[in-house]
Amino acid sequence: MIRFENVGLRYGMGPEVLRDVSFHLPERSFQFLSGPSGTGKTTLLRLLFMSLKPTRGLITIFGKDRSRVTRQELPLLRRRIGVVFQDFRLLDHMTTYENVALPLRVRGREEASYRGDVVELLKWVGLGDRMHVLPPVLSGGEKQRAAIARALIEQPRILLADEPTGNVDPQLARRLLRLLIELNRMGTAVVIATHDIGLMEQVEARRMVLSGGRLDIYD
Amino acid sequence: MTKAKAAKALHPAVKLKDKVSAGVRQQAARTLARKQTPIVPPDNIAARAMILVVAIMTFLSCLTLGAVTLVRDTAATWQTQIAREATIQIKPADGLDMEAALADARDIAAGHRGVRGANIVSREATTRLLEPWLGPGLDIDELPVPRLVIVTIDPVERPDFAAMRAELAEAVPNAALDDHRTWVDRLVAMARTTVTIGMAVLALMLSATALTVIFATRGAMAGNGHVIEVMHFVGAEAPFIAREFRRHFLLAGSRGAAAGGAAAIIVFVLFSWWSSRNVATPEGDQTAALFGNFAIGTSGYLGVALVVILIAVLTAATSHVTVMAHLKRIET
Repeated sequence: MIRFENVGLRYGMGPEVLRDVSFHLPERSFQFLSGPSGTGKTTLLRLLFMSLKPTRGLITIFGKDRSRVTRQELPLLRRRIGVVFQDFRLLDHMTTYENVALPLRVRGREEASYRGDVVELLKWVGLGDRMHVLPPVLSGGEKQRAAIARALIEQPRILLADEPTGNVDPQLARRLLRLLIELNRMGTAVVIATHDIGLMEQVEARRMVLSGGRLDIYD
Repeated sequence: MTKAKAAKALHPAVKLKDKVSAGVRQQAARTLARKQTPIVPPDNIAARAMILVVAIMTFLSCLTLGAVTLVRDTAATWQTQIAREATIQIKPADGLDMEAALADARDIAAGHRGVRGANIVSREATTRLLEPWLGPGLDIDELPVPRLVIVTIDPVERPDFAAMRAELAEAVPNAALDDHRTWVDRLVAMARTTVTIGMAVLALMLSATALTVIFATRGAMAGNGHVIEVMHFVGAEAPFIAREFRRHFLLAGSRGAAAGGAAAIIVFVLFSWWSSRNVATPEGDQTAALFGNFAIGTSGYLGVALVVILIAVLTAATSHVTVMAHLKRIET
């Protein structure tokens, strides 16, 4: 589904943040992306999400060469990738329901056509009674679940989550992990970027460990 | 089912009431569902400041435009008024029958195409003209006073002054035709300079307005970077994002520009009203002599409308360019 071959990336004239990174993310796979802070986890996620271009190497996403993806094709490809940002990136002036429905709204769909799906998804992530609340009123965990729901509303083929348990207590972290595992069982590939060892020990999954700009994979 | 319940269920009025309330509930639910929060956040402090800046700059631009229109119209009026007349002056000479010469000169002038009328300034009128300099009780026959014929000219179809001058020289050798050319030329030069200066001021004002509006819009857009990013990351296409912002800023810009334009129109209407109320007073006459009747006319009002539309479009265009630049930045 997504393949990296000898990918390298540097910001401007600085040193290479990622060096010779090669891996393959198959359909329906589940993996952790870990490593100490500042080793390039978020950068790697941005490459996966096509918000950065590599300085060298080849990235193939859904069978397309990243370097040949045009600006017009980018949003269409991106709709197949769900992202949960570390800082949630919810729009504060919109309700939880509207935030989750945003990916469908920007596609120009009528609200009546997706209302039921959004409500159902919000109930699934446990925000059924918080759908008309503005994000500043939500707790950290609720924001996290709203961000996950927004990433899932378009039924992406892969979900990228950046430190999804970084702002929540261990109990809620376990709940969120269960949510992501359930999602994976339903057919979505999942990549969780985290440095929370405790979280990783709860699931038998492939580990992609970044260190010094290089990637080691432990299946 | 109890009797009361059965009666209630069967009663047509109760049925109708239930139907109506269910309909109202459904309608309310539909209305609530339809009303979505706009994707671009409502106006924050920077956006309100932008609207205020747009309003002030539009007001100043429209005032400048109105003033230039006023000066242009007044200058044109000065020119036509002075160019509407010519004068034939006949100097007295020994053996010259002044009255006959005046009559000849009048007839020659009146016979030319483009002359609306020619009138001899009578002896009494000439005496009155000279009275401020020579005092009352002047006997015009005692002094060699030149006499005048006033020729009224059609400003659209001007007569051939050269031919008129030649004919006069032949028939009345002492006659001199003054077509006010020197004065008209000077006035035209002055009016053109005034209008050119006005246009330059207007161009500077519009440039300053454009730059201020662009910077104010960019300032208001700066707080919306996260919205552009979120929309981009949830798969919105660039034209969709740009359209949302364009629409929002077109509306905000229109609000500010319309307020500024309306304020400028109110100022002109007030001045026009004031000048029409002071028609017969010395202040009013003085102002009217300088600026006409203070009305900017249809072209002035159309100009104000054009400035308002341009500024609103400029606001929208700036937001569009800013969105596209932001998207380009986050994609690289």
